[in-house]
Amino acid sequence: MSERSISIDRPRSLGRFFFQWEWLLVLIFVIVNVINSALSPFYLDVGNLVGSTNSFLDMAFLVMPMTFVIILGNIDISVASTVALSAVVMAVAFNAGLPMPLAVILCLVVSTACGLVNGFLLVKFKELSAVIVTLATMIIYRGIAYVILEDQAAGHFPKWFSFLSWGTIAHVPFILFVFAGCAVAFGLLLHKTSFGRKVFAMGNNLTTARYSGIKTDSVILVVSALTGLMAGFTSLFLCSRMGSTRPNVALGYELSVIAMVVLGGVSTSGGSGRIGGPILAVFIIGYLNYGLGLVNITANVLLIIVGSLLILSVLVLNVRLGGHRRPAPPAAKVIAAGKAPDEKA
Amino acid sequence: MPETILELRDITKTFPGVRALDGVRFELKRGEIHALMGENGAGKSTLIKVITGVYQPDSGEILLDGKSVAIRGPLDSQRLGIAAIYQHVTCYPDLSVAENIFIGHEKVNPVTRGIRWKELYARVAELLESLDADFDSKALMGNLSVAQQQIVEIAKALSSNARIIIMDEPTAPLTKRESEDLYRIAEGLRDRGVSIIFISHRLEDMYRLASRVTVFRDAHFVGTWDVDKISRDELIVAMVGRSITQLFPKRKVAIGEEALRVEALSRTGYFKDVSFSVRKGEILAMTGLVGAGRTEVCEAIYGITKADSGRIFLEGKELRAAHPSEALAKGIGYLPEDRLKQGLVLEWAIAANITLPSLERFSRLGWMNRRDEELKARELSERLEVKANSVHDLVATLSGGNQQKVIVAKLLVGDMKVFILDEPTKGVDVGAKAAIFEIMNGLAAAGYAIVMVSSEMVEVLGMSDRIVVMREGRVSATLDTASATQETILSAAMTTATAVATENA
Amino acid sequence: MSGETKAGATRARVMRSGESFRELGLLVFIVLLSAAFQLRNHRFFTIANIEDLLTNTAILGILAVGMMLVLITGGIDLSIGATIALAGMTSALTGVAIPNINPFLSILEGMAVGLVIGSVIGLLVARFKVLPIIATLGMMNIVRGLTYIESKGQWVSSYQMSAKFTALSTGTTLGVNNLVLIAVVIFALFWYFINHTRTGRRIYAIGSNPEAADVSGIPRRRLLWLVYATMGVLAGLAGVLWVSKFASAQGDTALGYELNVIAACVLGGISISGGSGKVSGLVLGTILLGMLNNALPLINVSPFWQQFIQGVVILAAVLTNVAVKRNNQRLALRKREI
Repeated sequence: MSERSISIDRPRSLGRFFFQWEWLLVLIFVIVNVINSALSPFYLDVGNLVGSTNSFLDMAFLVMPMTFVIILGNIDISVASTVALSAVVMAVAFNAGLPMPLAVILCLVVSTACGLVNGFLLVKFKELSAVIVTLATMIIYRGIAYVILEDQAAGHFPKWFSFLSWGTIAHVPFILFVFAGCAVAFGLLLHKTSFGRKVFAMGNNLTTARYSGIKTDSVILVVSALTGLMAGFTSLFLCSRMGSTRPNVALGYELSVIAMVVLGGVSTSGGSGRIGGPILAVFIIGYLNYGLGLVNITANVLLIIVGSLLILSVLVLNVRLGGHRRPAPPAAKVIAAGKAPDEKA
Repeated sequence: MPETILELRDITKTFPGVRALDGVRFELKRGEIHALMGENGAGKSTLIKVITGVYQPDSGEILLDGKSVAIRGPLDSQRLGIAAIYQHVTCYPDLSVAENIFIGHEKVNPVTRGIRWKELYARVAELLESLDADFDSKALMGNLSVAQQQIVEIAKALSSNARIIIMDEPTAPLTKRESEDLYRIAEGLRDRGVSIIFISHRLEDMYRLASRVTVFRDAHFVGTWDVDKISRDELIVAMVGRSITQLFPKRKVAIGEEALRVEALSRTGYFKDVSFSVRKGEILAMTGLVGAGRTEVCEAIYGITKADSGRIFLEGKELRAAHPSEALAKGIGYLPEDRLKQGLVLEWAIAANITLPSLERFSRLGWMNRRDEELKARELSERLEVKANSVHDLVATLSGGNQQKVIVAKLLVGDMKVFILDEPTKGVDVGAKAAIFEIMNGLAAAGYAIVMVSSEMVEVLGMSDRIVVMREGRVSATLDTASATQETILSAAMTTATAVATENA
Repeated sequence: MSGETKAGATRARVMRSGESFRELGLLVFIVLLSAAFQLRNHRFFTIANIEDLLTNTAILGILAVGMMLVLITGGIDLSIGATIALAGMTSALTGVAIPNINPFLSILEGMAVGLVIGSVIGLLVARFKVLPIIATLGMMNIVRGLTYIESKGQWVSSYQMSAKFTALSTGTTLGVNNLVLIAVVIFALFWYFINHTRTGRRIYAIGSNPEAADVSGIPRRRLLWLVYATMGVLAGLAGVLWVSKFASAQGDTALGYELNVIAACVLGGISISGGSGKVSGLVLGTILLGMLNNALPLINVSPFWQQFIQGVVILAAVLTNVAVKRNNQRLALRKREI
């Protein structure tokens, strides 16, 4: 029996603390605000700033489960279509006579179901990559929305429903409270629970996770369901803000959501990331949009900016990681090599 | 022509923090098969990478045919007539054999730039025939077995007129018969004037093929000997620097009641009618040639895959583990064959790896308790004598042996009854092997039942109480170690009882 | 070794027959479907309709060739709809600024725009290791944004286009419609390239095993860049032809069209995970999808169902691939004599 004992101290260093991605984001956030206030005198009004959050926080609900998805090493481009479908179903049901509270629940049920379908496909057909599965469901879900509502609008939701997006509690928008609550919940789930640990494990090495007894299928289903559920939240707040809905709502949300997650420092190769980054990124992109809107810069410019941010973030992250972390080949490629994903590659 | 075709003098190669080669030398004679041996980390792979141009030496000289050359990259090495064949064949599974060999170098029609297919297939057919291959040049690479793919690799080497072929652990994934075929091919190449550097952990490979052997140890050149002038023990001493007398710690353990029983387990295409049992305190070795189906059986017991028929009993109660989590919960732990890809999360620390299968134990209602994790990780790391400074050290920084210990520690967190260890000493150097055997003995003494999958005959005979020999998916023999010999095991691994009977009839 | 060889040979045979089975199935399906369409609406098999079908399918086919290259390398390109729009809009606006410009110059201009976009994507994917889905998702939006800005929110409509320009797509050469001719030529060149040139085979190699390609001296990064640049050029070409055919250029031209192209490839048996796919399959898949796009409105299927059907088609095709592969594996396993 050796005399040497193994330490359980966690290595800490001040340098490490400060060289983190989140500080860079804080810096960017400050820069954005400086630019915005230079562009328009109306920008630095606290009331406006706080009140404007409802315009971008609806999509922010998707950022949190998408963080989980990307840490897992997957991707989900069907989220915007899920938002559209659940919104349309809710509106049509309400207009057909269903009481609004029930319609709200229906919205969440539909959105969670959409998420679960994605999860089911991923789990049962491991040969398929997340790209192709969510590409297909992206088309199908929005397709269903078009079948239901064609090019019409539906909604005219009751007055109380608009409280979701427009209401305030002590001058703080209700949506901000809900978002904060979700952010805390997801943050704790990711960083403090065994579930979060499993997600990181799977993102780093799916095979080892499986051999270590982690029910990888369950984790994927849960994350998919959460994604669907949060899409439902987005749907509710979006509908509340607009007062009505059409099948072509939330177009392009997936771009912004993924951009926010990646800008937040979550690597697309999976296995790493912290919840704080994407949350900061939400506000960076949100306020950028708001600021540009104040000087009448069109949405097209924002498309270009968000697209560029997405690409730049990934670029920087890749360079930083030294290009060592090549994303693991999806189960698709392992299958193609002639083995089931369970078997050793 | 000078007798020496390749010579490396005083080669040194350092990486940040580690000296991989320290003034080593190596000399390859024309037309010889020269074995290169040494423990893991001795420098063999690095030397090969220097010869094939993947690394450039910090200092030293390389002489080819007596003339100094600079090998600045893999293409240089290829042009000089050097080719390497590795354990794991990298190929293009969707392309044909012919294309795999000549990809990028096909002869084209100068006008249309179109590939001359007829010529290509004919040339490849020629090559394949010279190697006695039993598949044709149009076969899809992905459909071939590992042995066949290796033949393609050799054909590739021949196609580039390689004069020096390096074989790095080529027999590791092969069956005995396939290894024999490979030996014949190697000898055929030698007779044709190709010089071969052969790296293998298997002494039998070396004695069979090589005329000379060079040993490296700890990045140093130890010596070169004629194979028939050095004994096994002397060779081991050269590789390890100490004589391994206590390699297999003797043990006497009380054997208890039945812990695991497998009855007629079958999985279409992988194994059929497999039956065996293990008792508490017993070490059952599962041996056989690579590809016999041992790992597949273990994975079916552990719940990674599902058997099509048959029954499994744990302590008398039937067990149908649909998922590893069930197997773990019931008390079966599995040490996977590929520790890097299946056993560990390399980017993580020791503690995080150890607690991974048992996260529920370290969390209350899902909330993780880091302190408990660290304490348990320390307890187990110290018990298994893992050489590390802190439980937060990354497992990627540990040696192979210590990594294995971490995986064993993983399994010790829960209440296990049976341990299935799949090639526990593969890729582990001799010193760490002894440590792992100690651990196994300790587990047996503590009342666990152990199934050890191993391809090393000496290990099997030294450590086990009973032996199950598998061959091509079936159990070929079940032997008592006390009365078993290498010959009986080998013959069971290569033939079935019926075949032996007909031979003797 | 004999047991394993037999299994290998059997597996090879089963796989090969699986592929030809698939193509036969596609062909049969196309025949049956056209019969069904004709029954439902006699206008299907009219010269006018078949011409319309062919010209639309021609553009789809040009794009499918590029997408097949991308898919073989294991990537994906969601930006081609936007590239079509930008290339088309740019050439249309140039045509407005320089009336009676030689239409060939317009084509070159469009191809140049496409080349730039494709090159950027290629650079991101090959040099900077950005995932194709991310790179093309980002570029899709950047390029679309640029299109809207360039157009200043206006349309370019037919009366602003020269007759020569619109004749690009409506005119004929040697009796065959220009678009169809261009598509056929491109398919023929592509078929030769991907099956009979070294570079073409290397592209399969990098899709089949990217790591091996790196090690064996294949210029993987350069080829990867080339693939995306080619896709860009083809999309640029398609953009000009599109705008010429529909005689209008708008900000939302070809919005979402990349999904159509992917559907055609997937139907044609091109593997999403890379490394395999045949031109014969691509042709059949393109024709089938072109037929669906053309005939569904003819049999009174509401346009609002189109997207849903497209999605179902992709999912069904992809799941079929999986089912076929699993069956092949099952058969190969059974053949192993244990």
